[in-house]
Amino acid sequence: MIGQSVYVPRLLSEIESLAPGHRACIGCGEVLAIRQAFKAIGRDAVVVNATGCMEIIASQLPYTSWRLPWIHTLFENTAAVASGVEAGLKAMKRKGRYDHPDTKVVAIAGDGGTVDIGLQALSGALERGHNLLYICFDNEGYMNTGVQRSSATPYGATTTTSPAGKQSIGQLSWKKDLPAIAVDHRIPYVATACPSFPIDLVEKVKKGVATKGPAYIHVFSGCPTGWGCATNLTIKLGRLAVETGVFPLYEVENGKYKMSYKPETLRPITDYMKPQRRFRHLTEDVIKMIEKRVAEEYYKLLEKAECQK
Amino acid sequence: MAKRVGIETSLAISEVVAACDVDVVAAYPITPQTHIVEHLADLVANGKLDAEYIPVESEHSAMSACLGSVAAGARTFTASAGQGLELMHEVLFVASAMRLPVIMAVTNRAVSSPLSVWGDHSDVMATRDVGWIQLFVENGQEAVDNTICAFKMGEAKNVLLPVMVNLDGFHLSHMIEPITIPEREEISRFLPPFDYPLPLHPDKPVAMGDFAPPVIFSEAKWAQEINIRDSYETIIQTWQEFGQQFGRYYQPVEKYCTEGAETLLLTMGSFSETAMTAIDNLREQGQKVGLVRIRLWRPFPFEELRKAVGSAKTLIVFDRAISVGGPGGPVVSEVKAALYNEPQKPNVVSFVGGLGGRDVTREGFEEIITRGQEIAEQGSPNEFEIYGVRE
Ligand SMILES: Cc1ncc(C[n+]2csc(CCOP(=O)(O)OP(=O)(O)O)c2C)c(N)n1
Ligand code: SF4
Repeated sequence: MIGQSVYVPRLLSEIESLAPGHRACIGCGEVLAIRQAFKAIGRDAVVVNATGCMEIIASQLPYTSWRLPWIHTLFENTAAVASGVEAGLKAMKRKGRYDHPDTKVVAIAGDGGTVDIGLQALSGALERGHNLLYICFDNEGYMNTGVQRSSATPYGATTTTSPAGKQSIGQLSWKKDLPAIAVDHRIPYVATACPSFPIDLVEKVKKGVATKGPAYIHVFSGCPTGWGCATNLTIKLGRLAVETGVFPLYEVENGKYKMSYKPETLRPITDYMKPQRRFRHLTEDVIKMIEKRVAEEYYKLLEKAECQK
Repeated sequence: MAKRVGIETSLAISEVVAACDVDVVAAYPITPQTHIVEHLADLVANGKLDAEYIPVESEHSAMSACLGSVAAGARTFTASAGQGLELMHEVLFVASAMRLPVIMAVTNRAVSSPLSVWGDHSDVMATRDVGWIQLFVENGQEAVDNTICAFKMGEAKNVLLPVMVNLDGFHLSHMIEPITIPEREEISRFLPPFDYPLPLHPDKPVAMGDFAPPVIFSEAKWAQEINIRDSYETIIQTWQEFGQQFGRYYQPVEKYCTEGAETLLLTMGSFSETAMTAIDNLREQGQKVGLVRIRLWRPFPFEELRKAVGSAKTLIVFDRAISVGGPGGPVVSEVKAALYNEPQKPNVVSFVGGLGGRDVTREGFEEIITRGQEIAEQGSPNEFEIYGVRE
């Protein structure tokens, strides 16, 4: 998969739904992931965006970077707004007042807007079975508001509200496993993806929008500003996250797990952690402990996928 | 022609929402609103209403789903009360500022704590500044008529604002009354189909809900203020057209026996009907008293209120909510503000009552008027009194 990068531009659609000139930081993984995802989604879609980096960088009265119909209302209600859009279009289609039979409703939000404050609305939308695709762009923190922790922030990372200090190593809880929570809603499609693996991401988004019913895709998106790394490392860190087992790529179709990429052996976690300032304070012991836990989780996942073969 | 039938107000509201051919209902149950949303679910389940019913997991999501559905161009209704309305709070501002005409019935209820499922106006008063058109109704017929009007006012192209129809929880929502529910054909002659000017549509992409830097935020708010102010004429015109077709007329401020009255009582909502019986009684005894009722709470009808108060000497304002640590009732502070610059203004006396479902009877309103007149003459050490409170 890795050697594919040179061919990628030729393999993807030329559609650009987010116009250049937006205000994302250099090296932003979220905006890159959006670019890729919306190549798969195409033009017949409505976008519902949560408050967060991706909303702020693309909208400022009286301008917009979006070439698709786009709505932002609040931070935590994206899945509910998307439910309403979907229901509205459905009713109007039935009554002959809406002329596109297949418009896709796509909700996009950061990890904060998904795993924390928006979890209830998301759970409701998944449970009710709306025909929509929800994509979480996970940069492992509340970046828009100045790099605060979320429940998707990894153990040991220092953020502005989980600072490392004399009495603390930083974030003291383990990353919430939202894809698993989505799977437990028994929805037809759940996947993880990362813009460092663009073909994989695009294929998953295609599956997600083609799904009848709710689909959830969790996209690991590097954030140089929040992670304290060089701006040219976003892609590399995404790959390393996958190769170290920190962020495994898989999909779950109708409850059936399938790994998308299986490294022969997991790379040492330091390869991934070292270039990032948020982990720099961690001692070897702590890093070892994290590495052990990451491996355990990874093999558990692998086993689940193998058992279901 | 529509028949007059005995029906619970809540059910009548659901029936008329169905007759307005709503496309989407997104709602979460809360006493005393439940009968409205249950009956709507029933109408959908039995094919009597062709709509998407979204049984959301909270009121925050109910209002959020309503935003999405209106933005898509669908006629949308919800209902709530008390805690539910408070949970929606943040979303209410967005509906008005983004000009998404969600129509909502609020069966007014007290707000915790202590928990109370019973009626008062604390819930709606806490949403005073959310930018919605807010109407108050006094009986079942008014609730039905104003629900129809709400769709027409809110969805008018020059308005495009959400509308809240307030009716007292239990005291009105659960009353069985003789009500005429207009037929679908009659309603469709009055209410045009919803035609949202720029819905979310892939053929003509629009961006809704951009953020505003300081250089443009004030302008956005000023535009909103002009928008709701200008809606006033459409509101009046809608009531006028409704009256012409259905024979029932509504005014932003309603008067009762105000002719020659020296003392006026001011009320809002269903308690006004009880207050009228008190006025009748006192008038029979030769007292020069009258009643003013505010029906249109937002946009606030400043001119009509001033005219209705006229040259009365005493104005006793009865609030069903308390602004704790403040001026007593929220209505009285607005009324005082509306009259402050008038060269001739009445002595304004403030009463709070009917909190958390406590009834105020005809005798109660008579006592309030008598005590109010006393305070007007002799003054009082208190900014306001809570009627019937035990110390
Ligand atoms: C109800 C509410 N609480 C808090 C905020 C402030 N806020 C805006 S965006 C944000 C964090 C966004 O984080 P995330 O969803 O992870 O997206 P990111 O910016 O990292 O892409 C916060 C806390 C808000 N807008 N609304
Ligand atoms: S803070 Fe991070 S997620 Fe936000 S725009 Fe910058 S790089 Fe992207």
